[in-house]
Amino acid sequence: MIVELGHYALVLALATAILQALLPLAGALSSDSALMRTGTNAAFAGFGLTLLSFGALTTAYVTSDFSVANVFENSHSQMPLIYRFSGVWGNHEGSMLLWLLILSFFSALVAFFGTHLPERLKALVLSVQAALAAAFALFILATSNPFLRLDPAPGEGSDLNPVLQDIGLAIHPPLLYLGYVGFSVCFSFAVAALIEGRLDAAWARWVRPWALMAWSFLTLGIAMGSYWAYYELGWGGWWFWDPVENASFMPWLAGTALLHSALVMEKREALKIWTVLLAILTFSLSLLGTFLVRSGVLTSVHAFATDPTRGVFILAILVIFIGGALSLFTLRAGALKAGGLFAPISREGALVLNNLLLTTAAATVLIGTLYPLVLETLTGDKISVGAPFFNLTFGLLMMPLLFAVPFGPLLAWKRGDLIGAAQRLMAAALLSLVAAAVMLYLRWGGPVLAPFVMGLGVFLMLGALAELGTRAGFAKLAFSVALRRLIGLPRASFGTALAHFGLGVTLIGIVSATAYQTEHILEMRRGETVEAGGYSLTFDGLRPAVGPNFTEERGHFLLRQGGVSAGEVWSSKRLYTARRMPTTEAGIRTFGLSQLYVSLGDARDDGAVVVRIWWKPWILCIWLGALLMSVGGAVSLSDRRLRIGVPAKAPSRPRLSAEAAE
Amino acid sequence: MSRKQKRLALISGGVGFVALAVLLVLFAFSQAVAYFYVPGDLAKAHLAPGTRIRLGGLVESGSLQRGAGTLVHFTVTDTIGAVPVTYDGILPDLFREGQGVVAEGRLAENGSFVADTVLAKHDETYMPKDVADRLKAQGVSLGGGETIR
Repeated sequence: MIVELGHYALVLALATAILQALLPLAGALSSDSALMRTGTNAAFAGFGLTLLSFGALTTAYVTSDFSVANVFENSHSQMPLIYRFSGVWGNHEGSMLLWLLILSFFSALVAFFGTHLPERLKALVLSVQAALAAAFALFILATSNPFLRLDPAPGEGSDLNPVLQDIGLAIHPPLLYLGYVGFSVCFSFAVAALIEGRLDAAWARWVRPWALMAWSFLTLGIAMGSYWAYYELGWGGWWFWDPVENASFMPWLAGTALLHSALVMEKREALKIWTVLLAILTFSLSLLGTFLVRSGVLTSVHAFATDPTRGVFILAILVIFIGGALSLFTLRAGALKAGGLFAPISREGALVLNNLLLTTAAATVLIGTLYPLVLETLTGDKISVGAPFFNLTFGLLMMPLLFAVPFGPLLAWKRGDLIGAAQRLMAAALLSLVAAAVMLYLRWGGPVLAPFVMGLGVFLMLGALAELGTRAGFAKLAFSVALRRLIGLPRASFGTALAHFGLGVTLIGIVSATAYQTEHILEMRRGETVEAGGYSLTFDGLRPAVGPNFTEERGHFLLRQGGVSAGEVWSSKRLYTARRMPTTEAGIRTFGLSQLYVSLGDARDDGAVVVRIWWKPWILCIWLGALLMSVGGAVSLSDRRLRIGVPAKAPSRPRLSAEAAE
Repeated sequence: MSRKQKRLALISGGVGFVALAVLLVLFAFSQAVAYFYVPGDLAKAHLAPGTRIRLGGLVESGSLQRGAGTLVHFTVTDTIGAVPVTYDGILPDLFREGQGVVAEGRLAENGSFVADTVLAKHDETYMPKDVADRLKAQGVSLGGGETIR
């Protein structure tokens, strides 16, 4: 009954979305206020209905209703509650429903917070959002319906893929989708502005908070996914340049460029056409990612199931929305007036450089991801494009950008003083060189370039601090005065500094964990000892154990440092009973920012076990830096200027709360 | 600088950078990608030893041998050809005789294959798509339990 209700709610959500796409658009074209206003309530209704539908599926999962085919295929009554809950989106159908839920959530947010938007713009934005929602609701109902029943109902489910039975599944997809789909708002704003033919600094001010929010979530989502893959797959790697990872990374790169170019547009009315194009491209890359992941053209841990009709359907959505938006862009872009002038050496110039490097880097990732598909279609040759390709292209292209980051915020708008900026960064640069030299000395005989790239990371961190220091005036003013000024700086400045600082932290983590990790693969018998990262591990044998829906062999390792006990590590091999599927649960122990990573291989008949042990120095910096970047985005988002700079009228506030009560 | 000159500086800078990126990509494609072969095609391809490739097929039943320490030997077959593979490391959880596998590594002088990465199927109903496509194209049955969803 609840399941049918959910199915019905989804059909109603589709109908609502179609209405929401057509009515406000008709209103905007005929200047009919009443029609334009229908978008707001339709957005709330659409979100409510999708939530109801999602809730119904969740109920079926939590109560293990195996008469629902989707629940039967992806759940098991013995699974812990948290996995029965997150299992809702641990499959193709459910994850598409989550996608739709988040899309309609963002529509509702625009409807709720957009009270100060011009009526016509808001109507058009909601209309475009609804067109997207309608397309995806139709996709779900036509090709990926999670509400289909089985008759007779099976007594037990066939279990969720064990790799997905992890807390990571509860966190990673929702965060990633909040980012991915959040960029749909920027896309809708861009299309709305193009339809309207009006584009000014205010537009950028409205778009930037959405871009910031989506970007912060996407940053967190990618970092979370990376950490999950790292500890769950047991291969010790944190980024594989897997096409699916690239699919989420490309919108991140384009979104980062969008954040920065919208800044130029907001402050200086320059780069208008480019910013609109980026807003379209960023979400297009999100859609492309959805296509790559969901259509089954790629082999990946993320490809739940492959069904050609789905691929064709998503491809059609892709072509209609991206093609439509880009056609509209080519028709209308010429009519947009170019904005303010600036010298090449200026804040604008630095942000243009940022955009040039980021979009080129994103393009190389795109080429590396799609080329194998194109080549196979054209010639039948299958190739794999992996880390060597991306390190050579993406890695090299990012280096000048990373070096330029600290300079950007120190340059003035319109015409900047590069020498002045360099002088302010002198101390940071010298300290970074010292740091690089110390690393080179400590790791003498290791990779030669690694210490310098780590120095670059230190430069990024110190450069971010130097920018805050310069803004507060620590060099010129008394310390107490400067400190007060520092506290009074706008939050956006702290956000920028935090994000750039985090970038440096991530860079240091990447270099350290790549260049200085040590790896041992060996056969161990009980009582044998091996050294890794200054710790000695003694194998203490295998112990069998039984979990709720699996059995496992747990390897016990005792750690000692300098003869003193430093704890223990458990690493296990599990067998999930329902699917007869083995998995490796790596044993990970954290020491400060570094980790010891122990993965078990096959047990021999004579009691020996193949063990793989990594020492990963400072690896936590990778995710810690991403967390800082994301927090930086959130701090920027909380800046008063983003909320108060808009022409909000005082009486609009009570109206806002009245609407919320409706 | 006039408006025109500024724009020219921006555009030429951009074009120069993009050209550099294109060169990098082309260079990387010639150096840093690995082609995929099944054993039957590999024999016909006459590759130089040391070429980095991905080798896919089925693990021949009864071919898995454990050497000293962590060394393993097995044979990858597509029923037309067979290539002996040496690998030092931990085999993936889903590595089984008679089932699909993709190994990445280099060809040795003696025609055997030294793998540095071995990937098996992602779950029990799924086999590497590259392998499944090629095997199907060569008319190899994927076995009773093997369904590709």
